[in-house]
Amino acid sequence: MSKDQYLIEKNGNKYEVIIGLEVHAQVLSESKLFSSSATKFGSEPNTQVSLVDAAFPGMLPVINEFCVRQAVKTGIGLNAKINKKSIFDRKNYFYADLPQGYQISQYKDPIVGEGTVVLDLPSGSKTIGIERLHLEQDAGKSIHDIDPSSTLVDLNRSGVALMEIVSKPDLRSPEEVNLYIKKLRSIMRYLGTCDGNMQEGSLRADVNVSVRKLGTDKLGTRCEIKNVNSIKFMQMAIEYEANRQVELIEEGNAVDQETRLFDTKKNQTRSMRSKEDAHDYRYFPDPDLLPLEFDDQFIENIKKEIPELPDQKKNRFIEKFKLSPYEATILVSDLDTSRFFEKVIEKSDIKLSANWITGELFALLNKNNLEISESPISPENLSKLINLISEGIISGKIAKTIFEIMSKENKDPNIIVEEKGLKQESDPKALENLIQKVLRSNEDKVNEYKSGKDKLFGFFVGQVMKESKGKGNPKMINKILKEKLNG
Amino acid sequence: MTNLIDLTLNDLVNKVKSKEISSKEITTAYIDRSKQSKKLNTYVEETFDSAIKSSEKFDTNPDFKKKLPGIPLAVKDLFCTKNVKTTASSKILENFIPSYESTVTENLWNEGAILIGKLNCDEFAMGSSNETSHFGNVISPIDDNLVPGGSSGGSASALAAKLTPATIGTDTGGSIRQPASFTGTVGLKPTYGSCSRYGIVAFASSLDQAGPMTKDVKDCALLLEVMSSFDPKDSTSINFKRPNYSSNLNKYIKGKKIGIPKEYRVDGMPFEIEKLWEKGKNYLKDCGAEIIDISLPHTNYALPTYYIVAPAEASSNLARYDGVKYGFRAEGENLIDMYEKTRSQGFGDEVKRRIMIGTYVLSSGYYDAYYLKAQKVRKLIKNDFDNAFNKVDAILTPSTPSSAFKVGDKKDDPVSMYLNDIFTVPVNLAGLPGISIPAGLDKNNYPLGLQIIGKPFDEQGILNIAYSMEEKINFKLKTNDWWIK
Repeated sequence: MSKDQYLIEKNGNKYEVIIGLEVHAQVLSESKLFSSSATKFGSEPNTQVSLVDAAFPGMLPVINEFCVRQAVKTGIGLNAKINKKSIFDRKNYFYADLPQGYQISQYKDPIVGEGTVVLDLPSGSKTIGIERLHLEQDAGKSIHDIDPSSTLVDLNRSGVALMEIVSKPDLRSPEEVNLYIKKLRSIMRYLGTCDGNMQEGSLRADVNVSVRKLGTDKLGTRCEIKNVNSIKFMQMAIEYEANRQVELIEEGNAVDQETRLFDTKKNQTRSMRSKEDAHDYRYFPDPDLLPLEFDDQFIENIKKEIPELPDQKKNRFIEKFKLSPYEATILVSDLDTSRFFEKVIEKSDIKLSANWITGELFALLNKNNLEISESPISPENLSKLINLISEGIISGKIAKTIFEIMSKENKDPNIIVEEKGLKQESDPKALENLIQKVLRSNEDKVNEYKSGKDKLFGFFVGQVMKESKGKGNPKMINKILKEKLNG
Repeated sequence: MTNLIDLTLNDLVNKVKSKEISSKEITTAYIDRSKQSKKLNTYVEETFDSAIKSSEKFDTNPDFKKKLPGIPLAVKDLFCTKNVKTTASSKILENFIPSYESTVTENLWNEGAILIGKLNCDEFAMGSSNETSHFGNVISPIDDNLVPGGSSGGSASALAAKLTPATIGTDTGGSIRQPASFTGTVGLKPTYGSCSRYGIVAFASSLDQAGPMTKDVKDCALLLEVMSSFDPKDSTSINFKRPNYSSNLNKYIKGKKIGIPKEYRVDGMPFEIEKLWEKGKNYLKDCGAEIIDISLPHTNYALPTYYIVAPAEASSNLARYDGVKYGFRAEGENLIDMYEKTRSQGFGDEVKRRIMIGTYVLSSGYYDAYYLKAQKVRKLIKNDFDNAFNKVDAILTPSTPSSAFKVGDKKDDPVSMYLNDIFTVPVNLAGLPGISIPAGLDKNNYPLGLQIIGKPFDEQGILNIAYSMEEKINFKLKTNDWWIK
């Protein structure tokens, strides 16, 4: 056990927190799981609803093969067992935004079985087990706050394909949950199977939390926190919930198995329903659908479409580009970032490129709250800027100025250098002239330097730089100055 | 004109094609007779005016290549018909007008048929006497106050009373074959997956099949040919080569092996049914078929199995009728209250009974003992048939354990009502094709039927056997039009 383990202490007792996640990831697909309706986010209410989605009499579901491929692809990305035969079941319950009166899901026989996700922790890597992945329909949306006297229902989401990815109870801290979600999202984005957009609800999770005294093996009673839609809320919910449970135990009370909700206004979880009130979903195989079956060839064909995934890419970056594990992790965490990086280094120095992307570019994006795909500076232009530095045409300092200009107008840095006359002065003669000028007008300082005041060297460099309007090649200035002063 | 309504579907088709009669003449004849036959309560929705217009349209620009050229047809009100009210004979769908057409009815209209109305049935097809309909019970033309059977009771009654030249029904546990048997008509339930379920109000998805109900076997072959199609909109539709049932229809059944299952000789079966069955065997022998005794050992478990599987699926299929999106809604204090009131008022007693049974057998703690066990038994029943079909080509049984009964006779005794389906239910559980043909009369002159069960997709085989027997039996349905004043 490392010393940075996440523990909750109460009355001198230390508790470990056990977390398992059921992530609901919306399948990236043009159409729904069992109908041809569109899935576009943000459309007018009830404009993407077919007769099947609204459960009209006599309407029947027909599986969307693309969604099946997406689930299999995700399964492969999770190093998981792909089940060649799986079964769709009906989960029966009544709600206004559930038109069929049941959700088509997979219960006993999911499409994907056990797999793994590897987390990069400061202390090393940790493998989180995946229990299963299954396909299911999303429900519609009940809107309670538009009409004062009634609830309105929007069925645009009704029937949209979701992948429920169930982890084993292997997570131990809010930070691990953060890394897990991010890694899962990264894998699915690499695969193109889920856009992972949490604001739009494409990724949500039910969080199972229990606590146990450090050093004991038996799992405590868990509580399930339903439908949390941001990593921050997940972390807050876990922290609150774990502390609540520890407190209960310390007071000599038992934790009740129940379903809870996270109140984002109070930052608390509260009880939604107890185990006794739990729904009896009366699962049974959907007689409208045949078992979902495919052969090895189907899986093999999908395997051919699997791109290089984050872990593989990270290893490649470390081995081939000699990046540090830290840099590599950052650069591969997002597919677009890794693509940006690889585009830049096609023509530029690897180390400089990594520094500029993780440094200046990330700062710029963060400041403006942009994704790398929205970067105002194209990888081509960043590459050119980096080349200007490595070729000694501009200094690092000037480069920052140019970067600043580029962030406002995505212009070729070569043109900026030309237009603004920012080219570095590297002509030894011209620099020598400048240096002579500075030394002449500061004879007293020259004497002081010569009598041992070494620190003044910096002063001369600064003066020469100033005289060159910042364009002097610092390396050469240093070299020539040294010759003049020491010669 | 009177003889128009006495013609078979095939006769009508031929006469239209030879331009002897027009679509309008036929349509008018059936509509006129339907109007005189209100007492039978067969129609829940009439589309007479639009039908006349359609027939005129057909006559102006006739297409004689169609298989049902300008033929008027009334259909069971379980088939969704575009812009025509579709209720499943339930209050909960009392005013429901679909914007879409079921695949099976679409197939009819594509071959030139014209809708003249929607026919009464048991509510959501749950019943064996057409007494559970929200729109009142249907009377059989065979006798006053006699049930036509169910659930396709309106269809059987309308057909036997000559209000439609042929019709279509749905059969989940016998809902085509039993009413056909009660009314002296021919009814066929195809192999599961032969007729698309798209647009048919679902009762029990793994059992429901649409099928033809006709005056004779030849009509049955023709109508099945039109109805059956592979439909990508129904995931359980099967893509098999559908033969041309009517042109392949023949009476050469010499050497065919017909099985007689000993388990169908149930206790208390009337002697006249026993006799009828015996007669059936002899007809088959006369046709050159070979009679072989067989065993279907799990037959006894079919009915209880059916009454677990069907309600389980129904309880879930009917969850969509919740007052939220369409159909009847009772106002309530809140969502739950609205659900409770809508469903209490919207569904009839039999439907509620089955929803409750279904909910119970799927409940946690009971699932394994009921639903799962029933699925296992269903497999055994299927295996029984598979084994039997290693030895025989088809199986002959009575269609029902008794003839039609009087309205109200069994209404308060659901189990005795359920027993009506004892010979038909195993066929649905095994997904097989089965046809009921009229074979005789009981002591009250009420019709009795024989059932021929075939191998999967061997509709042609059982049609040919039925066709051969039909000639020997030479059954003539006689009604004296007592219900027409």
